[in-house]
Amino acid sequence: MSDATITLEVTRYRPGHDREPHPQSFEVPFQKDWVVLDALNHIKDRIDGTLSYRWSCRMGVCGSCGMMVNGVPKLTCAAFLRDYRPGPIRVEPLANFPVIRDLVIALDDFMEKLRRVKPWIIRAEEKPVSEGEYRQTPAQLETYKQFSMCINCMLCYAACPVYGLAPAFVGPAAIALAYRYNLDSRDEGYRLREPVMSDAVGVWECTFVGECSVVCPKGVDPAAAIQRSKLAGATDWLLSMVMPWGGRR
Amino acid sequence: MATRKTSEPFWWLLFAAGGMVAALLVPVHLLVNGLAVPLGWTSISHARMLALAGHPLVKLYLFVLIALPLYHWAHRFRFVLEDLGLHGWRTPIAILCYGGAVAGTVATLWVLWGI
Amino acid sequence: MSEPRVERPGLYYPKLPTTWWLRNTNYFLFMLRELSSVFIMVFLVLFLVELYRLSQGPKAYGAYLETLRAPGWIVFHVVALAFALYHSVTWFKLSGVVQVVRVGERQVPPSLVTAASFALWAVVSIVLLWFMVRG
Ligand code: SF4
Ligand code: FES
Repeated sequence: MSDATITLEVTRYRPGHDREPHPQSFEVPFQKDWVVLDALNHIKDRIDGTLSYRWSCRMGVCGSCGMMVNGVPKLTCAAFLRDYRPGPIRVEPLANFPVIRDLVIALDDFMEKLRRVKPWIIRAEEKPVSEGEYRQTPAQLETYKQFSMCINCMLCYAACPVYGLAPAFVGPAAIALAYRYNLDSRDEGYRLREPVMSDAVGVWECTFVGECSVVCPKGVDPAAAIQRSKLAGATDWLLSMVMPWGGRR
Repeated sequence: MATRKTSEPFWWLLFAAGGMVAALLVPVHLLVNGLAVPLGWTSISHARMLALAGHPLVKLYLFVLIALPLYHWAHRFRFVLEDLGLHGWRTPIAILCYGGAVAGTVATLWVLWGI
Repeated sequence: MSEPRVERPGLYYPKLPTTWWLRNTNYFLFMLRELSSVFIMVFLVLFLVELYRLSQGPKAYGAYLETLRAPGWIVFHVVALAFALYHSVTWFKLSGVVQVVRVGERQVPPSLVTAASFALWAVVSIVLLWFMVRG
């Protein structure tokens, strides 16, 4: 270990105790290969065992370690201390979400929204297993693959001012996921998802700030998914005006 | 709100069309009609301008040029106001913005009619 | 309008301040992009007034052009031109992402769609310029 250290300003909030979150400074050893999450683990193991935060995989797949690092939503297991030198580094809970304790935020709202867009393959009629799987060409896979890379880390919600101002908004990741299933050649659920998408709190709420796509660690581009869903919705609407007796799918 | 639900695609399409018109056509008109002509870099005589604007096809063009971007403005301005925290006022804001665009459309028709 | 969310006791609910768009450059640029529409709208209203004055005869038209020569209006038009250009650039960039163009089964890369829009913009502008300025 070298002697160099770096300061972390970590948000603390104890429910029932504190009226508001407040920062607390910790000095941790500076290690070239440490990420912010390593520093938090160091604090919990060596300095203050009461610090609460979520993490699991440490390799950018589980999506549970999202926090604001110097005001930007980041996976803390992928945010290297060396990129924030000389510090101090501000570590806060993900923006726009209710805080349960310290760096832990409430997920229920997001979970409910995910369920609402029915993110699974919907068939008008299931075929029996004996008839084999639903097949797909590589090109058909390519159309939606990007939008299926989401790890539900919610960084995009923390980056979205529309969600921050009106939390009823279905939001980037959920819409991107709905779009992903709508694009899937095996799926027939477009009509079932449409009420959620074109709802008063659906795609039309988005003002295309675009920051969700900037912060997404998986290159999902939820902003594009939302705008394309608007285009699809508007085209649908136009068709239903021109020929009220039938639309697409 | 059922009405909001159904009218949203309509306004969005007008917004998109207006944004496209504004992006393609407005800069050159700003340059010519807003700067070059008043500053005398070039001159378009009254007679020539009148002859131009009097042509039915040009009239149609001018209508598209002026009216559609008004809806683009209305849509964006409405959401800017909401994004600035005026969420509680969304219905009056929407009525004012889109109403302004509709009024502008009527004014455009009226002016072009009179040429 | 969405119902106000039910706040659970014990949780801390952050409020997004109305100055959120000053927090980072991307937010700020977003605000500029949206506000460009205001400048474009004002210019089009001025242009409409010009057409109205045109219909009133050479004198009224000349007087209006004289008004537009005032430094205030010139400054406005310069600023508006900058905003209009910013609108065009952002619009073509973003519409390349929104509008999926397919050739056969393959998606044309958004950058190519954007490049085509820029080319179209240039051609349209030059044609209009030529049309208005000749003679
Ligand atoms: S879309 Fe990206 S930022 Fe949003 S939850 Fe999924 S992976 Fe995270
Ligand atoms: S700990 Fe799993 S994504 Fe960071």
